[in-house]
Amino acid sequence: MTDTNKAAPEPLLHIDNLGFSYGEKEILRGLDAQIGTGELVCIVGPSGAGKTTLLQCLSGLRPATSGAVRFRGRPIAGPPAEMAVVFQDYSHSLMPWLSALDNVALPLKSAGLGKKERQQRALEALEEVGLAGSEQKYPWQLSGGMQQRVAIARALAYRPAVIVMDEPFASVDAQTRADLEDLTLRVRQHLDITVLLVTHDIDEAVYLSDRVMVLAGKPTTVADMITVDLGRERDQIETKADPRFAGLRSQVYRLIRRPDAADAALAASGR
Amino acid sequence: MKPTRNPWARTGAGLAWHLWLPVLLVAGSLLLSQQFSSHYFPPLRTIAEQTWVIWFDGGGMAENLLPSLLRLLAGFCAAVVAGVLLGTLLGLMPRTEEALRPLTDSFRAIPGAALLPIALMFFGTGEAMKIVLIAFISMWPIMLNTIDGVRSVNPTLGQVMESFKLRPLDRFWHIYLPAAAPQVFAGARTALAIGVAVMVVVEMFGTPGGLGYFIRHAQENFQVVAMWTGMLVLGVFGYLLNALFRAFEKRILNWHHAMVAHTQGASS
Ligand SMILES: Nc1ncnc2c1ncn2[C@@H]1O[C@H](COP(=O)(O)OP(=O)(O)OP(=O)(O)O)[C@@H](O)[C@H]1O
Ligand SMILES: [Mg+2]
Repeated sequence: MTDTNKAAPEPLLHIDNLGFSYGEKEILRGLDAQIGTGELVCIVGPSGAGKTTLLQCLSGLRPATSGAVRFRGRPIAGPPAEMAVVFQDYSHSLMPWLSALDNVALPLKSAGLGKKERQQRALEALEEVGLAGSEQKYPWQLSGGMQQRVAIARALAYRPAVIVMDEPFASVDAQTRADLEDLTLRVRQHLDITVLLVTHDIDEAVYLSDRVMVLAGKPTTVADMITVDLGRERDQIETKADPRFAGLRSQVYRLIRRPDAADAALAASGR
Repeated sequence: MKPTRNPWARTGAGLAWHLWLPVLLVAGSLLLSQQFSSHYFPPLRTIAEQTWVIWFDGGGMAENLLPSLLRLLAGFCAAVVAGVLLGTLLGLMPRTEEALRPLTDSFRAIPGAALLPIALMFFGTGEAMKIVLIAFISMWPIMLNTIDGVRSVNPTLGQVMESFKLRPLDRFWHIYLPAAAPQVFAGARTALAIGVAVMVVVEMFGTPGGLGYFIRHAQENFQVVAMWTGMLVLGVFGYLLNALFRAFEKRILNWHHAMVAHTQGASS
């Protein structure tokens, strides 16, 4: 492991034959994947497929029923300190009795940072997501999209090695959504953060990802891991106009729409 | 009711709303007590005069009101601390709470007065007995409400605490306590009323000093007027205490009232 270079990032997260059931109800079966340091992987799949459940297993919030998740080689037991989560249910993930600033700063307090430093970091993170000026507002005084951005700021300010986001841009307008997508790309680039992001939007998945994890089937399995070779520099207009973008987009779309086509796709691609 | 523009008029209306009953009662008893002279219901004028003489001129405040106040505060604060701590622990440990429920339920069901002989036996008639009994009896509504409040924390917030690795103390101060605060305050308001009642009773049976002691002592010595002044002071004491508590609650729960007003405003 001495000569690992940027071209072959050392896997940060191993998903080994992961299975999960809510009681009798089997949701996930035999998931395998490896996610490298600094990689951005989007997870797509039909509603109810178990994407949120998968993220909870990956972030140590739910123990797997079978198989294992390893983070830096060690099996996950409880949430790792180096991971931050942006929850799908954002309105309940913020404390209504704390201002936006204090919501972002509280985890930093627990991490042992001094008052000045955590205020500073929280302010920076809120500015980064475009909420400068709303620091003192309470979450319920903010729109859904703004609340969602507070939750994202909280994860950014935490400066994790891995950031796990569950449909983080679901309730923001198109322009803000594009801005936040580019922010995610920027943050990944500058801070070398590994990003796992669940989305319903296939365009978004292809636009953001290094690889797209497509979930399908019943119980859910990994239908495919699609490598998006569009380079690290992405542009909202140019990237989306690229013919390869359209090709990848329809590839993902087909996998989701016809889960049973996953095997056919595998056979066709000769792997 | 039409909204009143003038803030002075509004304050006046609010004050009138609060005071009409006391004023009516005072006026009524002034009139009535002049009609007939009963030894047991002395004229209000006499009571008022004697209240001044006994409580203000004669140092009754320092001798009997202050000890009551301090004692109540000590017992009530102990009840709040114990109720919130126990309530938080039991709220977070549902299995333990279930296992202890027969015990807590039966303790709660015992009327406070029944505990008096036991407390007298263990703690004597001094200060310890009084404060312990005030604290113990008024703790229950706070504890039970805290249990409910802590359980009302949303599961998503539970995951936030887990994934961001909040320290136990931060969870207590910044999550559980604020989440439970509206219920804790509701419980504490009940507890305060119970505390005043317990205070009067324990003072009647305990060592000298305090409103309860004063009232009982006056009654035993056939000082009927003095006894009534004690009742008057007790009434005003209770009223002011409650008003003070509400003002404090309003301050602390500012965010909550604003949020409720905001969400209601948005939905209507
Ligand atoms: N706590 C739970 N107990 C039992 N079943 C659950 C629980 N949470 C989710 N499920 C079920 O597990 C399945 C997967 O749920 P999950 O929330 O992981 O799906 P998802 O892919 O995130 O869906 P969406 O895209 O709508 O967010 C669903 O059928 C759901 O009803
Ligand atoms: Mg979900």
